Amino acid sequence: MAAQEVQPSETIAKLKSESEALKTKLEEERAKLHDVELHQVAEKVDPLGQFVMKTRRTLKGHGNKVLCMDWCKDKRRIVSSSQDGKVIVWDAFTTNKEHAVTMPCTWVMACAYAPSGCAVACGGLDNKCSVYPLSLDKNENLAAKKKSVAMHTNYLSACSFTNSDMQILTSSGDGTCALWDVESGQLLQSFHGHAADVLCLDLAPSETGNTFVSGGCDKKANVWDMRSGQCIQSFETHESDINSVRYYPSGDAFASGSDDATCRLYDLRADREVAIYSKESIIFGASSVDFSLSGRLLFGGYNDYTINVWDVLKGTRVSILFGHENRVSTLRVSPDGTAFCSGSWDHTLRVWA
Amino acid sequence: MAQTNSFGQTSNGEADDSPNMLVYRKMEDLIARMQDEKTGIPIRTVKSFLSKIPSVFSGSDIVQWLVKNLTIEDQVEALHLGTLMAAHGYFFPISDHVLTLKDDGTFYRFQTPYFWPSNCWEPENTDYAVYLCKRTMQNKARLELADYEAESLARLQRAFARKWEFIFMQAEAQAKVDKKRDKIERKILDSQERAFWDVHRPVSVYGLQNDIRSHSPTHTPAPEAKQPTVEELQEQIKFWQAQLDRHRLKMSKVAEGLLGYTEQYADYDPFLSTPDPSNPWISDDTTFWELEASKEPTQSRVKRWGFRMDEVLKDPAGREQFLKFLESEFSSENLRFWLAVQELKRRPIREVPSRVQEIWQEFLAPGAPSAINVDSKSYDKTTQNVKDPGRYAFEDAQEHIYMLMKSDSYSRFIRSSAYQELLQAKKKVGPSTLSTKP
Repeated sequence: MAAQEVQPSETIAKLKSESEALKTKLEEERAKLHDVELHQVAEKVDPLGQFVMKTRRTLKGHGNKVLCMDWCKDKRRIVSSSQDGKVIVWDAFTTNKEHAVTMPCTWVMACAYAPSGCAVACGGLDNKCSVYPLSLDKNENLAAKKKSVAMHTNYLSACSFTNSDMQILTSSGDGTCALWDVESGQLLQSFHGHAADVLCLDLAPSETGNTFVSGGCDKKANVWDMRSGQCIQSFETHESDINSVRYYPSGDAFASGSDDATCRLYDLRADREVAIYSKESIIFGASSVDFSLSGRLLFGGYNDYTINVWDVLKGTRVSILFGHENRVSTLRVSPDGTAFCSGSWDHTLRVWA
Repeated sequence: MAQTNSFGQTSNGEADDSPNMLVYRKMEDLIARMQDEKTGIPIRTVKSFLSKIPSVFSGSDIVQWLVKNLTIEDQVEALHLGTLMAAHGYFFPISDHVLTLKDDGTFYRFQTPYFWPSNCWEPENTDYAVYLCKRTMQNKARLELADYEAESLARLQRAFARKWEFIFMQAEAQAKVDKKRDKIERKILDSQERAFWDVHRPVSVYGLQNDIRSHSPTHTPAPEAKQPTVEELQEQIKFWQAQLDRHRLKMSKVAEGLLGYTEQYADYDPFLSTPDPSNPWISDDTTFWELEASKEPTQSRVKRWGFRMDEVLKDPAGREQFLKFLESEFSSENLRFWLAVQELKRRPIREVPSRVQEIWQEFLAPGAPSAINVDSKSYDKTTQNVKDPGRYAFEDAQEHIYMLMKSDSYSRFIRSSAYQELLQAKKKVGPSTLSTKP
């Protein structure tokens, strides 16, 4: 029940309708500048040739669903986490496992590699984000050096280091995102605005970048100012949970993948959705998306076990990749764009090129 | 919690917007289309040796229908989608417990809507026990238990030993009702009930079929949204007003921007242009990575610095060259300030206050050794910030300097002979530079 203060319900109703009216006006203003479709302008671009994308490496070792993965800046190492609490660091090029940690919780939904390559962060149903320094000594017990950094009041859905090993950005089922100082565990900034679980985030790629985008179960994608904690732009066109958001390499746009079986492109300068990537035959949700280096290709991992490759500009699907034997839960392109890695509920990770 | 009936079925009357329901509804739309009299799959009764097989269609019928009606280019994709629909139990092979789709003459039948997954079935082991028990009461060869079913029945008899009489009675009652049905109708219903249990009690332990309906803990239904407060609504209104004031670009301009960027970087995208000499993941040869890691940048890397200033700032070799160029002009303080502030933001919060002071002394304080030129507004703001130093103390000044470098220093750098020579690969970079060609 609402608090027992004297809140005249007429005021609330009046404010509500004012808010709705402004929102509608915003949609009208946004639509006014929609003089052409992206795929129409893209007609003059050469079509893409045939792609030969194959699994080049298969990483086996997780005993349960793989939920998340991240690349190291060295372009060959990756960290992955799974439902049974295991976090593994691999040299994906040789397929050797280099480190393994068992978290005290299950469903480790988030993991990230530190920019220095010397640590990894992970978390999930423990509501925390913990940082493990990676030791060169194989015998050293990594779990002993664990450092708890972030504390949320619900599950951790995603985490990412900023440009430094010293700050971590997290998103949570508690509906918030937060920026933390790794050394002290201090909360530097929190971000409120989502009306439900936040499922994903991505930092803007610019050198002066102080923004990031998040997506949630409220079907909204929000762009945030890291300095002020304010939401500076918001997009709500998906019909279901947004599972993944990723910036276009220039930082001027971002893509999202949702349970409504579509991926969409939102441009920040046009302030609207500018493309939808969907097909009648794709009815299962998209769990994770990422761009190729030039932004021409969008890779999407789906809950129907497949990976669809989209021509970002023309809006068409250029390839469908089979191989995984269960949901694709995570997908990231490597730092130099030479490959992308997908993780699946079939317990494996695959590197494709 | 919604009540469950004797079959463990929740009575969730309202439309459930959960992600699983979305997919179920889409599959059910497809099923409805498949069952359409005119445009659907032809369902027929097939005469077999001793009897008739009612209400069936073949696996390849399904594949062909999907290819035609969903404009699928590749049969493999249609087969894959059909297999997923079979795994959910929307149609099933009449002679097999394994719910996959085969692109051949294998016979399939549609599941009755009563047993659809969208009805949120959560059948209990007691329900399964009643079902298996009922099967043993009906003297039909086609209803004989498979090995794994017999094993399950034995296990359940042990587990429910004390209430087995009750289970037996229920099975008897159900068998009685079934006997009254028309023979053909019974054949169909029996197969549909069996298919239901193939979904919920699959034959193989390696039950991927189990995972089909598996839930991630992230997709639990959201609690009722509370009514927004006056303050929250006022915040919302402020937000919408700020959004309305935003400057927006026309779509045509934005599209050109996206096309331009993609075109510029196409040569650097390993998925579009083969890396030189090869993609390590494909050739198993790491030369490409070794070249990129070298402090002597390749020509293509140097070319990239000319695209935008961020490319120079991102690349350590680029930063080095840029700095060197500015030092030769005795104007490196801007870049050094910018780099120092970037570095400040990467430090632990504990080190920030002292570092802020150092940067202030070096670049901005009266009489600073590397004095930078900032507009007075930013200077005043920075002076204030430094008194209570945080990570963003120099944000305004840094932004101003960034714009200055972009419009002035950067363009001079790109036009400089030092950069041009690197671009033409006339001169090698590095401390061990041998004498250049005469």
